[in-house]
Amino acid sequence: MQLSTLLLILIAMAVISFMLGRRRSIAVAGGYGSIRKLHSLPKYYGYYVAIWCGLPGVLLILLWLSVSESLIMSQVIASLPSELRELPESQLGLVVNDIKNLAAGQFINEQRGADVAVAAELYSSLQASARWILSGLMIAVGLVGSAYAWTRLQPRLRARNQVEGIIKVGLILASTVAILTTVGILLSVLFEAVRFFQKVPFTDFLFGLTWSPQTALRADQVGSSGAFGAIPLFAGTLLISAIAMVVAMPIGLMTAIFLSEYASSRVRAWVKPILEILAGVPTVVYGYFAALTVGPLLGDIGALLGLNVASESALGAGLVMGIMIIPFVSSLSDDVINAVPQAMRDGSYGLGATQSETIKHVILPAALPGIVGGGLLAVSRAIGETMIVVMAAGLAANLTANPLEAVTTVTVQIVTLLVGDQEFDSAKTLAAFALGLVLFIVTLLLNVVALQVVRKYREQYE
Amino acid sequence: MSDQPDMNEFSARSPDTLERVRVGLAARYRRERRFRMYGLMSTCLGLLFVLFLFVSIISNGYTAFWQTQVRLEIDFDAQLIDPDGTGDAKIIGSANFDKLVRTAVGQLFPEVTDRRGRRSLNRLMSAGAGFELREMTLADPALIGTRQTLWLPADDEVDMLIKGYIDRDVPEGSRRIKDQQILWVDALIADERIERQFNTDFFRLGDSREPELAGIGGAIKGSFFMLVVTIALSFPLGVAAAVYLEEFAPKNRWVDVLEVNINNLAAVPSIVFGLLGLAVFINFFGLPRSAPLVGGLVLTLMTLPTIIIASRAAIKSVPPSVRQAALGVGASQMQTVFHHVIPLAMPGMLTGAIIGMARALGESAPLLMIGMIAFIVEVPGTPLEPSTALPVQIYLWADSPERAFVERTSAAIMVLLAFLLVMNGAAIWMRKRFERRW
Repeated sequence: MQLSTLLLILIAMAVISFMLGRRRSIAVAGGYGSIRKLHSLPKYYGYYVAIWCGLPGVLLILLWLSVSESLIMSQVIASLPSELRELPESQLGLVVNDIKNLAAGQFINEQRGADVAVAAELYSSLQASARWILSGLMIAVGLVGSAYAWTRLQPRLRARNQVEGIIKVGLILASTVAILTTVGILLSVLFEAVRFFQKVPFTDFLFGLTWSPQTALRADQVGSSGAFGAIPLFAGTLLISAIAMVVAMPIGLMTAIFLSEYASSRVRAWVKPILEILAGVPTVVYGYFAALTVGPLLGDIGALLGLNVASESALGAGLVMGIMIIPFVSSLSDDVINAVPQAMRDGSYGLGATQSETIKHVILPAALPGIVGGGLLAVSRAIGETMIVVMAAGLAANLTANPLEAVTTVTVQIVTLLVGDQEFDSAKTLAAFALGLVLFIVTLLLNVVALQVVRKYREQYE
Repeated sequence: MSDQPDMNEFSARSPDTLERVRVGLAARYRRERRFRMYGLMSTCLGLLFVLFLFVSIISNGYTAFWQTQVRLEIDFDAQLIDPDGTGDAKIIGSANFDKLVRTAVGQLFPEVTDRRGRRSLNRLMSAGAGFELREMTLADPALIGTRQTLWLPADDEVDMLIKGYIDRDVPEGSRRIKDQQILWVDALIADERIERQFNTDFFRLGDSREPELAGIGGAIKGSFFMLVVTIALSFPLGVAAAVYLEEFAPKNRWVDVLEVNINNLAAVPSIVFGLLGLAVFINFFGLPRSAPLVGGLVLTLMTLPTIIIASRAAIKSVPPSVRQAALGVGASQMQTVFHHVIPLAMPGMLTGAIIGMARALGESAPLLMIGMIAFIVEVPGTPLEPSTALPVQIYLWADSPERAFVERTSAAIMVLLAFLLVMNGAAIWMRKRFERRW
């Protein structure tokens, strides 16, 4: 039986339970006339029975989903002939894949033929019987659950409180998903990173000066040293982020000042949404723009000036990333500038200061913490930005401060290491997780500090 | 009397101070104007970037919505398609339809007889032309044995020539279309056999190595499945979490941690969510690679903080008097929330959800991690089949060298931006329409 049919049956059973429970509660109360004898409204008795019917079934399905596959597979493996069973871990994995593919009706490599075919048959039959057992169990549990709830229906049963209690548990569970996500990120990245650091020493990774993750297949292979020194990546990331900030910070800040202090409300009403468009454009579009338009343009300009600009220069990627961040900086600065109390402006004007003097000497110093906080958030976005650099920055690690050369970044390397087929125990793949760990920690720190600064600043004027 | 010296001092200084102010005034006004100019310039620069971005993409891509077609008289030769007249779909399906196209092209230029000439002549037509004939015949076997005048897609190089992207003055060696082929194309144009028609294949087909056969149909479907999974999971979860945090959560350490955590999660780089998806959903739970289901799960985790934050703001804006009134007539806290607060906050929550979905639709970095960048020709039928997404398709095509793919990439970007514009427009419209000032 398909899982979806099973769920449909479960839902149908719960609906029937609801109707029965509701009717039963009215009957228990002694008909519609004496309904107020009930503690809760009749529908809550219905929900009560429905929950007793459906919830155990759902839990059962979840349990089955999490354990059945490994249980069945261990049985199948136990049935294999010993020469297959005693294969090393990785080859056994291949056999298991063959069995699954054959059971799913696909063609497989005919090498081990008969044994695998027998095992696949066993696998399918076990799976089928497991499904039947699950279906039977689920229906039985649902029936028992609703029967139990049915017998407990009395006018004094506090059905509403119990139903609401379960809903509240559901709400709490939903709010822990966010925590679980953080924990999941941390654990998954940390776990793989630790495995990486068992192969490559921590200090080599953090302070090494050469990055060339291709490990040699043969001993005499050239250029595949398998060096994992991440300093060139960090330097490249910082270079591109710095270029982006140099572009975004002044333009974004001046735009925010102009829009909030000088522009008329009509101009603001038109210009702000148009700039917001820049914020809503997907990063892959910026990447395409950087690679196709900005890169060649910079090359031409460089040629005019007699400079040699690499086609994947840090300048091009940084410039486009800066354009992407402008609306981010300007909207954050706009909020912060608007939060400065009008009284401070009026005081400055009263002393005879011009508008620009007021902005430079009163508003900006007052708004500085907020602007710095916004800037830090922008830096964290620049560091974590992926598509622009993947499409417009280089692949080779290159330790340089020259913005006209190609550099690579942490995110580019994560993508290149993980895209395509990969084994999960090579240092090359695991290195991506170590880089991910660094990325996560750095951006997390920046965010925590920035959010703290912005919050402190807001409290100051509220 | 003791004030006298001070007064004297003041009156003695006063003209001097005024003088100094007056002297500096011009410079100060200049500085004021300059500062204002800087502000205006940066704003204009920002607007200019928007303009530049859109002009460069639209000018590169608008032509992709048309495809060059060639009018051919196709002879559905029964001898070739189904010699025994069985009508069996299998036999018809495996017939050599490319040959029908080749014969039809050859009839137009009977003077070309040598093998090289014929081959280069055949290259004027897309490899998809035979495929189209096959589909047509399978749908309507009565065509066999008849002669039809049909519009069939031309090769992408011919397409580029017609659209004016290939410079005829460039020496023959450095373009992919040969002089002889250009002469044939001109002959076809003179014969009114070439026409640009609206490119429906672009919206219908999956990916292909041949630009004229590559479409965004598969990518759109993959993105659609992903968004369905994302909205189905993230909206209920986000609203439930927001309701708990705003209405039920006690003020304690744990809830503070939750709040800080949600705010931070909203700023974690998206690629990190991809790493999470790869390690947890694919390696640990063994879900299939490249499946929209996994993409949807990853995007759910990514958009959840956005939706929680927006929903909390919406719930916060519902005035306490509404809650007090409900509690006052005897509703329980849960009833108050579900019957009054949530319905009143719904427009705000939906607006947040739409904006979150728009972000999810444009996201590509985490999808690269979970293998959604495979080359997939088939249009996926379920969320478990391998597929790509619209932004990932753009990324894949951006790497292809053919000029025709440049145009298609830009066109795909336009489609993506159109979707985003519609979604954001809907969010703004909803906010305007349903916003209530209390």
